Amino acid sequence: MLVVACIKQVPDTTQVQIDPVTNTLVREGIPFIVNPYDTHALEEALRLKDRFGCKVAVLSMGPPNAEATLRKALALGVDIAILLSDRVFGGADTLATSNVLSAAIRKLNSEVDEVGLVLCGKQTIDGDTAQVGPGIATRLAYQQLTLVDRIDNLDVGGKRIRVSRKLEGRHEIVEAPLPAMLTVVRELNRPRYPRVPMRLAAADAQVEVWNNQVLKLDEQSIGLKGSPTWVSKIFSPERAKGEILGDGAADPEGTAALLIDKLLAKDMLPL
Amino acid sequence: MSEPQPKVKKPRGKAHLITGKCIACGARCQSVCPVNAIEMNDAGEPIVIPEKCIGCVKCVKICPASALEMFFTPEELKILEQLAASAAPAEEEVDEEAAALAKKLAAYRGVWVFVEQTEGEPAKVSWELLGAGARLAASLGVELCALVIGDKVEHLCTEAFAHGAAKAYLLDAPVYRNYRTEAYLEACCHLIATYKPEVVLMGASGMGRDLAGAVATRVATGLTADCTGLDIDDKRNLMQTRPAFGGNIMATIMCDKFRPQMATVRPNVMPMPERKEGATGTIVRVDFVVPEESILTKVMEIIRDATSKGHVDITGADFIVSGGRGMMAPENFAILQELAEELGGVVGASRSAVDAGWMPGDRQVGQTGKTVRPKIYIACGISGAIQHLVGMQDSDMVIAINRDRQAPIFEVATYGIVGDLFQVVPAITKRIRELKQQQSTH
Repeated sequence: MLVVACIKQVPDTTQVQIDPVTNTLVREGIPFIVNPYDTHALEEALRLKDRFGCKVAVLSMGPPNAEATLRKALALGVDIAILLSDRVFGGADTLATSNVLSAAIRKLNSEVDEVGLVLCGKQTIDGDTAQVGPGIATRLAYQQLTLVDRIDNLDVGGKRIRVSRKLEGRHEIVEAPLPAMLTVVRELNRPRYPRVPMRLAAADAQVEVWNNQVLKLDEQSIGLKGSPTWVSKIFSPERAKGEILGDGAADPEGTAALLIDKLLAKDMLPL
Repeated sequence: MSEPQPKVKKPRGKAHLITGKCIACGARCQSVCPVNAIEMNDAGEPIVIPEKCIGCVKCVKICPASALEMFFTPEELKILEQLAASAAPAEEEVDEEAAALAKKLAAYRGVWVFVEQTEGEPAKVSWELLGAGARLAASLGVELCALVIGDKVEHLCTEAFAHGAAKAYLLDAPVYRNYRTEAYLEACCHLIATYKPEVVLMGASGMGRDLAGAVATRVATGLTADCTGLDIDDKRNLMQTRPAFGGNIMATIMCDKFRPQMATVRPNVMPMPERKEGATGTIVRVDFVVPEESILTKVMEIIRDATSKGHVDITGADFIVSGGRGMMAPENFAILQELAEELGGVVGASRSAVDAGWMPGDRQVGQTGKTVRPKIYIACGISGAIQHLVGMQDSDMVIAINRDRQAPIFEVATYGIVGDLFQVVPAITKRIRELKQQQSTH
């Protein structure tokens, strides 16, 4: 059985700032990281390898420099690392992205080994959409199990899985046959760190690059052309101009009353 | 009829980059260029090759940052001026493609809201979405419809009418008792194919995101996640606004060539519509049942999370009173707890308060802690390092209490109080208690 983990290289978004003068993104020197949720997907794939001897393939779609992300996965012990990179993949929304990823999984399934599980992080921290995982499952007609926080049972021979899904205010215990696509949350596991020998070995390991000559997808269904959604405008979020109330140092009581009046006027208090 | 005029070729110009405006959005301009006239530099900014550019304006139109514009040589400008002066009729190209598209889109009408339920119990976000959907339906001049799927859930149609729906499509069968992607996906796709809505809204909850992603993929349309603003443009298209890059910028997303236009919206973002008791509407019972044998996923158990006293989930709180280094000692958090209790909220903490061991790690707000979006976030003795700000700046209202007027927390505060938190916080608590007492005596 082949386990596929999908990972994305993302900018460390919390460090992205807007230049107040030009109103554009300041992007110099922003470090790239593996999407944090995807590290848990990768870790779970590696644990399945440890337990059942499954082969693990890691996929990432992105620009050529995303190879670094896949090299990190190789250092952790994955067997196959594939970068899906092509100019025609560029500008993709989630619909077009899931097309490329599912095509690559199909190819692995027919050429390497039968895919039993596809693991994705629950969402990325740059797009935050949580749409690519369901997109992959739907395109491949795999069972879709999102927000998994525990794998209760995996029967590799019998091709069944039982998981716990973390939803709002509840958990669901769900059973499904394989192949299945799981999106995972942080509670699932604690990702490992690469050990030095593996890191050294990974330095020589090969990251395969698949472009569209390999996948042979219709150019109308990938990249910008295959994306129904597009960004028409970006702007800075409006922030109500703040206000300093009263003289809190000299008159704490009066200032507190001033604040409460403001909140009451805006109907913000649970009174 | 007037004499045929000698045709002057209207110059189309060349695209060019306006320095400093490109945001390196991901090579959209390069992808859209039909003649490969755009290369990208290492910074992800376009380089337009003028010899190749045919002036089709596609890259200019697609640029989200308006960083590309058309450039005309002085000679071309002269011809343009002459054309304008002679008032030659503009050559309107009849665009067959556009006409066909318009016809395809016109087949879709109506705004739909998916009513999320677990064991017959509706998710609040569904009603919030009906409120947002009502405004869209009014702008479009169409019906607001609820999509109710489940087992013995007809009562939810009535609830949907009370929250503004005019019609409810009801799929009521045992196979829909527990949410399972496959069953709901088939059901939604059947309804969309049959009744062709132009807008479909779902909650950005675990269930809503699971379903929306599957449905949009199957019907091959666009889906925008976590919208905070929804509006209609002058061409009946949905303008979907959502935060990007961790809330540092907002983006408006369009899906103007596909239907339905699908969006998810987070709980607590849209205001709850007023409940109209006894409001009625049309129930459209749809007899579409997915055979149980074809649904391979089985829900074995639904476990409601215990709301034990010890566990505090700050991410779900409407009111958070947070303390930082300025709290001085762990016992001082008692004054924050008192205020939080009056508000029905919880106590949060900055990283320095957690690192000092004053508060447990699950209360930490910020980059390495949790992201919160309460109605009111009260930051007490928190200076406001960027790592903290990213975790709380999306709160509806931020109140900062700090002795240091120069603290960065005041930059993001809706209301700031410069003073001693040990005096100000108890004064706020006292004032709220007084108000509550007045209310109970009236």
